[in-house]
Amino acid sequence: MQPVYMDHGATTPVHPEVVKAMVETMEKSFGNPSSVHAFGREARKLLDEARASVASLMGASPEQIIFTSGGTEADNMAIFGAARGMRLKGKGNHIITSAVEHHAVLDACKALEKEGFEVTILPVDEDGQVHVEELEKALRDDTVLVTIMHANNEVGTIQPIQELARLAKARGAVFHTDAVQSFGKIPVDVNELGVDLLSASAHKIYGPKGVGCLYIAKGVKLTPLSYGGSQERRRRPGTENLPGIVGFGKAALISQAEMQAEAERLTRYRDRLIDGLMELPHVKLNGHRTNRLPQNVNLSFHFIEGESLLLMLDMKGIAASSGSACTSGSLDPSHVLLAMGLSHEIAHGSLRLTLGRGNSEEDVDYILNTIPEIVERLRALSPLYEGKEAVTSCTQRR
Amino acid sequence: MYTEKVMEHFANPRNVGEIEEASGVGEVGNASCGDIMRISIQVEDNIIKDIKFKTFGCGAAIATSSVCTELVKGKSIDEALELTNQAVADALGGLPPAKMHCSNLAAEALHEAIADYKAKQGKE
Ligand SMILES: Cc1ncc(COP(=O)(O)O)c(C=O)c1O
Ligand code: FES
Repeated sequence: MQPVYMDHGATTPVHPEVVKAMVETMEKSFGNPSSVHAFGREARKLLDEARASVASLMGASPEQIIFTSGGTEADNMAIFGAARGMRLKGKGNHIITSAVEHHAVLDACKALEKEGFEVTILPVDEDGQVHVEELEKALRDDTVLVTIMHANNEVGTIQPIQELARLAKARGAVFHTDAVQSFGKIPVDVNELGVDLLSASAHKIYGPKGVGCLYIAKGVKLTPLSYGGSQERRRRPGTENLPGIVGFGKAALISQAEMQAEAERLTRYRDRLIDGLMELPHVKLNGHRTNRLPQNVNLSFHFIEGESLLLMLDMKGIAASSGSACTSGSLDPSHVLLAMGLSHEIAHGSLRLTLGRGNSEEDVDYILNTIPEIVERLRALSPLYEGKEAVTSCTQRR
Repeated sequence: MYTEKVMEHFANPRNVGEIEEASGVGEVGNASCGDIMRISIQVEDNIIKDIKFKTFGCGAAIATSSVCTELVKGKSIDEALELTNQAVADALGGLPPAKMHCSNLAAEALHEAIADYKAKQGKE
């Protein structure tokens, strides 16, 4: 049995060329990029090249990219840095975010509440979309920061960042977007989107874990999270993680070359999976049908629970994820699914399949052949299922 | 994170289903994560002759239901009442700490089924 990895939203396998570039860096270019000698200059050159590659994939200039330890640090740097910086300038203490953000954003905003900031959390519609009018209503004269993700990690819904950013900036607020899931998958251009700050992460694009970056538009002032040397223009001091950064640069280069064809291929697989699985009774699609990431499938199977579904899939060699309370560790179902108005029970039966480079047409066939019998088995175990064999779809029931 | 025993019961759950004309039925919901379990028993001469379960829940919930039915089948009502969630977890070689609450579900559903049986007895 060939294992089928369909959890690329969690992380991706490192591309062999990325591994090669990283190993070469460790073996041959160990120098400190801050050193004056040849070893340092060699390391500096690699650092500059990687920065240019990452910048190019988002339409930025290299000096606008600050390397971080990942998406989480980039989100924190943007949110704490902008909020505190704006308050120091006396601009106010109101922050706006959305209900479907990653915890790196939501919990950073919550922490700022303890520092006296006021936080407004925008609702989303049943597809997980933030409406521009909601932001319009929430913006105030003392709003200093608006942070809304580009594409959602659980349901793949893409937000209207261009309009949201224009609106926020017109009212004098800094606009940040977490593009960790969209960067390298769909076109992300900082100028087209019109954002001030943008977070990205290497391990979602076949790069290494523990590296990411924050794009900072010209003129945007952030108070730093940490203090030290003059690396990363003092915004992120500390000797650079050169092998990781080189790997990120290589991954960005490869993504740039392959993105368009890959997005088309994965969209085809995505649609086959959605259409095929929606033929089963009592299945609901989570997220927008078309305005979603090419790689994201998220469905709820009524009457069954996600963790048992994942275990059964795992026994068949399929790796996926779920927003079920039983998989969360905290015993709360996904805040994203609840924000979209799903009942506790439907959130319980959610399954996320996230496609990627290694997946083939055969993987899609295998999943389409395997899931129906698993769902049938689990439903036979479920006390909620009795008498539901007659087809009434769960959307009708709600 | 699960023991082999848990996975074995999860993959091949024993005593799945529902007893028609059961002597007692117990259904409990799990307040912490929203799962549901139903156990039905058939009692003759104070002995649990047959027992079946249905569970809407995680791998641990399904495995604990399964092992719980196995532990009490053929036992007397009094013996079955002594079954604790710890005993259910132990029979599976332990559960991860975050999953201990799932084992409550099985023992509680069983106790409810027995209470239902006793209540019906009292009425007759
Ligand atoms: C939307 C989003 N933001 C932030 C992160 C965190 O990124 P990292 O794992 O690089 O810290 C993730 C990854 O899970 C994500 O999906
Ligand atoms: S039944 Fe939900 S965590 Fe076990």
